[in-house]
Amino acid sequence: MKATRDSYGEALVKLGEKYKDIVVLDADLASATKTVEFKKAYPERFFDMGIAEQDMIGTAAGLSIGGKIPFASTFAVFATGRAYDQIRTSIAYPNLNVKIAATHAGITVGEDGATHQALEDISLMRSLPNMTVISPADDAETQCLLEEVVKYKGPVYIRLCRPATEDIYTNDFKFEIGKGIQHGNGTDATIIATGITVVEALKAKEELSRENINVRVLDIHTIKPIDKDLIIKAAKETQKIITVEDHNVIGGLGTAVADVLSEEYPKKIIKLGINDEFGKSGNWKELMDYYKITSKYIVEEVKK
Amino acid sequence: MELKEIAKEVRKDILLEVYEANSGHPGGSLSCADILTAIYFELLNDGDKVILSKGHASPALYAVLAEKGYFPKEDLKSFRKLGSNLQGHPSSKSTNGVDATSGSLGQGLSVANGIALSFKLDKKENYVYVILGDGEIQEGQVWEAAMSSSHYKLDNVIAFLDHNNLQIDGTNDEVMTVNPVDKKFEAFGWNVIEIDGHDFDEIISAVQKAKTQDKPTMILANTIKGKGVSFMENKVSWHGKAPNYEEYEEAIKCIENM
Repeated sequence: MKATRDSYGEALVKLGEKYKDIVVLDADLASATKTVEFKKAYPERFFDMGIAEQDMIGTAAGLSIGGKIPFASTFAVFATGRAYDQIRTSIAYPNLNVKIAATHAGITVGEDGATHQALEDISLMRSLPNMTVISPADDAETQCLLEEVVKYKGPVYIRLCRPATEDIYTNDFKFEIGKGIQHGNGTDATIIATGITVVEALKAKEELSRENINVRVLDIHTIKPIDKDLIIKAAKETQKIITVEDHNVIGGLGTAVADVLSEEYPKKIIKLGINDEFGKSGNWKELMDYYKITSKYIVEEVKK
Repeated sequence: MELKEIAKEVRKDILLEVYEANSGHPGGSLSCADILTAIYFELLNDGDKVILSKGHASPALYAVLAEKGYFPKEDLKSFRKLGSNLQGHPSSKSTNGVDATSGSLGQGLSVANGIALSFKLDKKENYVYVILGDGEIQEGQVWEAAMSSSHYKLDNVIAFLDHNNLQIDGTNDEVMTVNPVDKKFEAFGWNVIEIDGHDFDEIISAVQKAKTQDKPTMILANTIKGKGVSFMENKVSWHGKAPNYEEYEEAIKCIENM
C-alpha cells in the first residue's frame, strides 16, 4: 500500500543520486507532493518557488535551457490550470526537457473538494503538442516509469494521486513509456483504466471471473502517446469496451481511447468517470463510489 | 562599425521585416533596438543568454541576430510568412540564436531566473539578459519572478525595462499605472538604474554597474516607441501595424538621417 506521490518522493531521491542534473521545484507544497524527500537529500538542487506556480513553471523552463532536468511539482489543479499558458508557451512549444509531476489529481483528493480536484488535467496536457502524459497506477509502476521519464528527452506530465492504494506490480516489472499493460486474455469485455482506477478494474476482473465472465484489463499508464495497437487488438478480440478514470469523461482516457477506435476500429465505448461536473468534498473512497468509478460499477457495466 | 551605425542597420531591417510581412510590431521593436544592439555587439560574452520577454519585438531581435550572422539577412524578408524560420514571435526551436521562446507576455523573467540558477549550480560566471516591456509588467507573473530573482540572489540577472510608456490601448497611465517602476523593483529587492535607453554609453555603463552588484539589476530604460521614424515616434497606432510602400520609403529616409 502506497500513494503514487510517496513513490514519487522516494524515486526522486534515488534518481537524484544517479542523475546529477535533476533539480526539483515546488510551490510551497513539498511536504504534500513529497518533493521534501529530495529537498532533504539534495538541498542545493531543490528550489521552493513559493505559492507562485506560473513562476515555478517558467523557472523550470530556464533550468532546462541551462541543461538541467527539472521536476516541477504542485497539485495537479494548480500545475495544469494556474500555469497552463506557461506550460504551453515556455515548455511545450519549445519542447523543453521539463517534467511536471503533479500530485493530488482527481476526486480522490477527497475532503479539499472541487477547487483542489483536477478533473481536466489529462485533457489539458494531452492536447499540447510535444507533451507526453503519464498516469501510473502503483508504486512499482511510478518508480520505474519515473526513471524512463528521466531518460526520455522532452516535456512530460506525470499525474500522481494522494491516497495510498494497493500494489499491483512487483518491483522488477519493466514499464515502457507508451506501452500499456494487458492483464488477462478475457474476451467478454475490456476494461481500460489509468492511475488509481487500475486497481478497481483488476478487482472487477477478479469478481467477474468468479462468475465465469472473462475480461481483460488494460493499464494505460501512458495516455499520450497512447498504445494504439493494444487498444485496437482489445476492441477486435473482446465484446465490450469500458473505460474508467478519475477524470472528466470529456478529454481524458475515455476520449483518448475513443479517438483511437473511432479512426481505426469503430466500436461503442462505455466511459466511466466524472460526468462533466465539478467534484465535491468527502472521503476519497466514498467519492469514488459516489462518482461510480469503483469495481462495483465496472462489474455492473460489464454485466449489462 | 560603431554601435550607432549598427543600430541604424537594425532599424532599417526592422522596417524591412514588417513591411515585407505586411504585419508585425514596429513601434516596440524600434524602442528596444539600441538595447539589443548594445547587448549583442558590446556586452554579450560566450555562454551568456538573452531573452526577449516582450516577444512582439521579434523584428528587432531577428535584425540583430542576422547582423550577427546567426542566419542570412535575406531571411528577414520571410518574417511571419508560411515556412519561414522567423516566426511572428521568437521561437527557440525555429530560429538559430534565439535562446528562449516568448510571445505570451510576462514569462521571460521566470525563464531568465531558471537559466541564472543553472549558471549558479554549474558555477558559471555568465549573465542572463532579459528585456521586458512596460505594459508587460502588468502581468502578475513578472512580480512572482521579481520576488524569486531577489530571493535567490540572482546577481547574474540583468533586466531591461523598455519603458516607452505606450501600450495597445493607450499610455501606461491610461491603461494600468505601472509607475513608480523604480520603487516597485527596489521594494522587491532589486538594484535599479535609470537610463536613456537610446544612449549607448548609458546602456553599457549601466550593465557594468549591474555586474558589480550582489543582487539582480533592473535597468529602467526610458525609450521612445517608434524611435528613429519621426511619424511613428510616440504613436501608439504604430504598435502593431505595417507601413505601406510610401511609409516604408519615408521611414528608411528617417533612419538614414538619424
